[in-house]
Parts: sequence; structure tokens; C-alpha cells
Amino acid sequence: MDNMIITGMLAAVMPLLGFLIIQAFTKKHHMLSAYVSIAMIAASFTMAVLILLGQLKTPGMHNYSLPWMHIGSVEMNIGFMINQLTSVMLVIVTFVSMLVQIYSIGYMHGDDGFSKFFSFISLFSFSMLGVVVSNNLMQIYIFWELVGLCSYLLIGFWYTKPEASDAAKKAFVVNRVGDFGFLLGIIFLSTKAGTFDFIAVEEYVKSGAIDPNYLTVIVLLLFCGALGKSAQFPMHVWLPDAMEGPTPVSALIHAATMVAAGVFMVARLFGIFVLSPGAMLVVAYIGGFTAIFAASIALTQDDIKRVLAYSTVSQLGYMVMALGVGGYTAGMFHLTTHAFFKALLFLGAGSVIHGVHTNNIWDMGGLHKKMPVTSVTFLIAALAISGIFPLAGFWSKDEILVATREAGMPLLYYTALITAFMTAFYMFRLYIVTFLGKEKGEASRRAHESPLNMTVPLMILALMSVVAGFAGVPGQENSIYNWLYHGEHPHETHFNMPVAITSTVVAVTGILLAFAVYFFNWIKAENLKKASGPLYALSKNKFYIDEIYLFLIKRCFFTIAEAVKWFDKQVVDGVVNMAAFVMRWSGRALRNTMTGRVQDYALVIFGGAVAAIVAFAIYNPAALQLLGGR
Amino acid sequence: MTITLTHYVVLSAVLFGIGVFGALTRRNAIGIMMSIELIFNAANINMVAFSRFITPETAAGELFTMFIIAVAAAESVLGLAIILAIYRKRQVLNADQMDLMKW
Repeated sequence: MDNMIITGMLAAVMPLLGFLIIQAFTKKHHMLSAYVSIAMIAASFTMAVLILLGQLKTPGMHNYSLPWMHIGSVEMNIGFMINQLTSVMLVIVTFVSMLVQIYSIGYMHGDDGFSKFFSFISLFSFSMLGVVVSNNLMQIYIFWELVGLCSYLLIGFWYTKPEASDAAKKAFVVNRVGDFGFLLGIIFLSTKAGTFDFIAVEEYVKSGAIDPNYLTVIVLLLFCGALGKSAQFPMHVWLPDAMEGPTPVSALIHAATMVAAGVFMVARLFGIFVLSPGAMLVVAYIGGFTAIFAASIALTQDDIKRVLAYSTVSQLGYMVMALGVGGYTAGMFHLTTHAFFKALLFLGAGSVIHGVHTNNIWDMGGLHKKMPVTSVTFLIAALAISGIFPLAGFWSKDEILVATREAGMPLLYYTALITAFMTAFYMFRLYIVTFLGKEKGEASRRAHESPLNMTVPLMILALMSVVAGFAGVPGQENSIYNWLYHGEHPHETHFNMPVAITSTVVAVTGILLAFAVYFFNWIKAENLKKASGPLYALSKNKFYIDEIYLFLIKRCFFTIAEAVKWFDKQVVDGVVNMAAFVMRWSGRALRNTMTGRVQDYALVIFGGAVAAIVAFAIYNPAALQLLGGR
Repeated sequence: MTITLTHYVVLSAVLFGIGVFGALTRRNAIGIMMSIELIFNAANINMVAFSRFITPETAAGELFTMFIIAVAAAESVLGLAIILAIYRKRQVLNADQMDLMKW
């Protein structure tokens, strides 16, 4: 066990400690709870940075397992794995979580559940860090479920609101569906390989001992878990509803914890995924479809957080698509940069909501003057996510575009380009309607800038959104690609000028169109609505996916449930009732023998004794000789 | 005619049979008690007879009989006390009327 493992272990455990301290001791003292929580995550962050620095100096795999239990021949371990991927994720998770917590002091001020909120956030961070440092499938699954639980707790944090508790339930149930596939995948894979250990499993799969078709099934099942957690089509439905939770939670879910878990899992098991080209194709196309699908919904949403939620789904689709086409570093790099600007967007949205007390963008407007810091940082994030040079999103998004192009999948490439156009358009629609133009209602007149503990995290994240991309400037000697690679050789990266120009042109067109429609009113939004016809209604109503699910559930699920209910009532309960009936009937018959008269009982005893002796004599004739004397 | 072990055993069997018959058929609780004493005595005769004829060198059977007589006396006292208590409470002596334990 070397230093790196110990540091990683401590980094993961710190937030758990925070959770326990708050729950056990400081629940009554709101500010103290917040400080405990932040101190713990800051300690975690420090250790994560130490690990990252160590990994930058000497990249390499550190793996350590403690035996936990043996079941038959299967060994279960608690283990820690630190490599380049882990170190990046550790820093993202702890960094975003820390900023979100500092921000929450301002945002959650005066809430009754203030301490509870911080304890849950600590637990959430712990779960996610647990996923990140796990070195075997069983352990990652345990933390995976813990992440699901924490998301349930936090989305339903304001549980007295019916929408919030419904959204929490929805998130949990949808995730369970995906997790079930994940669990099946784990079971199939580890029963074949006889171990849960990532490295051992990967070696086993590499040896070709699994039938390729079976491997495809396994990989797709594993991918089911990522579908649920990373909100890919068709399991994206929970993420927009998860907006019912407090905004810092949304930021955390969307940037660092939860949705990143799915992408991270695929990256962690990438060695297994790449061995099944069929499954990779499915992964790529689901990612691509999710990207364009969610982006098209985001175009028409009115709720500031919902636009951002669909934007997250879309960007996650990007990452999954990148992984699917084999762009491992591109996907992970986009996850990193996206964490910064998406956290920034959500915290900015939270700041706006804190100021105007509404989520509807059409009630806002003209907030730039009232909330300059929020506005400027939000603009930076919007530019970053649109992929404008030289912000973070430009570098990571371009890398994904290059990856799809070089994988020889033009369909995905153009899908990604259209998505990039839509992203730029809806982000600037959001920005213009919210921050520019005239004040539209009472809400925006009342607006005020948020306190410093909310704006400072915004500024830090804005800075990161600008500079994070330089880690991945292609072609340079020590870029992220040469360091964070999978397999034997670093990825060949080079700056692809045509792609860069195309993507920039597309993004700028999107932004200009947004200005033309929503700022200058050159094109009437109404006309655009009419021109797009039924497409507008489809997008506005999220392609009726929720309704379709509801319909399917009502039709299929309830019908099956009715049949099962009938079976349960008639057959299962019938058997139970039958047993009870037989017992009651035979009891009634037998109780006539209980006369209460001692002589009757004595007669039975005597008769029994005689019968016993006779039986003994019959079965054991030698005993008769005993009776006959010597 | 010499009296052999068989005579004793037959006497004991007859006594036992009378005792069992009485215990199962007498309605009076005191009669049942007396019948039970007969069963005890049948067993005692058996013990003494076997001891005398089979292992005359030891007196284990006779000793046992002494104990059984003492225990039987104690048991009779207890039984009679119970019967008396029931009689005081319910004014019955017949065993078939003492059926409080019936379902």
C-alpha cells in the first residue's frame, strides 16, 4: 500500500466523516454543519490535487485490494485503484462539490433542513468518490447504488412539495431500471471471469475466453447502467424532472456526481467495451441520438433549469458518443470541461432564481444590470458550452468531432455538428432572454446580485471554464491526451483545421441566429414557431416521451399487474387459505377427543402403552423370548 | 406345592389388571386413587419376587419397594388433598364431572 493509495482512500472517506459528524453532533448548529462539510470536502480536494500532481509527474497504475469476504470460490475485495483517470475524476468531483457547498451557504440560507442538506451533499460526494476509486465491479456497484440513493434524498429534499417527491421517486425508479441491467452485466461477466477485479476481468476478456456475441450482450447490459445514470435516451426522463431539487444539487448532479458516474463507468471498463465492436456501435449511436434529441427539446423550454437539464443530457450524449467511437480521451476530456461550465451554468441559474424567485425565463430579462457578476460568468459558460475559441468547450468538443470524423462515421459527425448549432442557439436564447433586453416583470425589477459566497464560486468556475481547455490543446507535448490514454500508446492527436473551422462557424451561426430572433427581433419567434409546424409542439412537449411511458405503463404494466394480482388473489392466496381451512377443519374434528375427563386420557395412555409393547414384540421377536424368562 | 416365581408373577399381573380396570372405570375419584395403589402394589410384588428368585444375593428389589411405598404414600396424600380441595370447591367426587379442562 503506497502513499497514493492511502491519499486516495482518505480523499474518498473524508466526506463520509463529514456526513457522520453532522448527523451525530452538529445537526442543530447550521453554520457549524456547513463548515464541517466544507472542511471535509476541502481536505478531500487537497488530497485529490496531491494525487493529480503525483500522477502528472509519474503516471501509472496503483492498485490495492483488501479481502472482504469469500463466497464459495468467489473472492470479494474492498479495493482502491488510482491511475490517471481516477486522479482527474477525483479533482473534478471534489472541486465542483466544494464550490457547490460554499455556494449553498448562500443559496440554502434560512432553510430548515440546512444541516441535513450539507450532510446529504457530503454523503453524495462520498458515494461518487467511492465509485471513482473502486477497483472492482462489486464495489463500484455498491457505490453506484449509494449515488442513486443520495440523488433520491437530494432531489426530494423539499419533500413537502409533491413535485419534488415525485421527481425523486422517478429518478430512483428510472435509475433502478438501468441499474438492474448493470447488475446483470456484472453477474454475467464475473461468473464467467470468476473475479470482480477490473484488471483481472479485463485480462480475462482480452484472452478471448468469452464468446463475442455473449460479450456484446454483457457489454450492452453494463451500458444499461450508464444509460440510467448518465440519462441517455430512452432513460433520460428523470434528469429534467430532477430540477425540482435545490439548484446547487442540480449543479452537483449535472457536473460532478451522478451523471458523470455513467460516463466514468464506461471509461473505466473501456478495455472491455472496445472488445465488442457491435456494442460500441450501439453506444455511439445512442450517444449521438441522445445528443441531438435532447438539444432539440432544449430549444423550446421555458424553465431556465429545464433548458440546462436538456443541455446536460445532450452533452452527455456527446461524451457517450465519443466513447462509442473509441475517443476515450475526447470523452473524458469533455466530461472534465463540461463539469466546470455546466456547474457554472447551474450555479448561475441558481443565482438568478435566488434573485428573481421564478424559473420562467419570460418573467426575467434585463438582469445584466442587476446581476453583473452572474451575467458575465453565465456568458462565459454559454460561450464555453457553445464551443467558442479559446474557451474550454471548444477544445473538448472539437476533439469529439474529430474522433467521430476519424472513426469514419459521417452520420454521427453531422449529428454532432447540428447538435453544436442547436446548443449555441438555445444557450444564447437563454442568455438573451434572461439577462438582456427589457425587464419583463415585477420579478426582474426586484432582482439583486447574490452575496459573495455565491458569486465567488461562480468566478472560480468561470476561470476554470476558460483555462481548463488548454490542458487539451492538440499537438502539444504534455497535453491531456498524451497522459490520459487507454491502451498501449498515447492517442495521436493533431489539430484538425477544417473541423475546427466548421464547428466554430456552426456555433457562431447559432449564436447570431439567437441574437437575430431574441435580441434584434429581425426574425419573429412567432414566425419561427409557425414555420416549424408540428416540430415545435413535439419539442415543446419533449417528444411526448413521458406521455408514451405513461401510456405504456398504464396499458402494459397495469394489465400485467392485474393478471398478477388475480393470480396472487386466487392461486397464491387460495393455497394459503386452503392450508388454513384444512387446519381449522381438522382441529375442529380433533378437539372432540379433548373430553377433559382424566380417565379418557388414562385409557388412551394405557392403550398406547399396550400398542407400543405389541408393536415392539412384532418387530422385534427376540424380545418375546425375554418375556418368556431365561 | 411349592410356590414358584410364576405364581408371584401371575398374582402381580392379576393385581395390575384389576388396578387398571378400576382406575379406568371407577367414577369415584377416591376409588381411582385406591386402584392406582393396587397398580403400585402389583409392581412391588414383581420387584420383590424377581429379586428373591433371580438375584437372592442382593436386596435391591426389596430396597426399591421400600422407596416406592414411601413415595406412593406421599402421592396418595397429595392426591387426596387435591380431591378434597375439588370437593370443597365444587361438591363433586365423580371424576367424569371434573371436566374443566374440556375444550
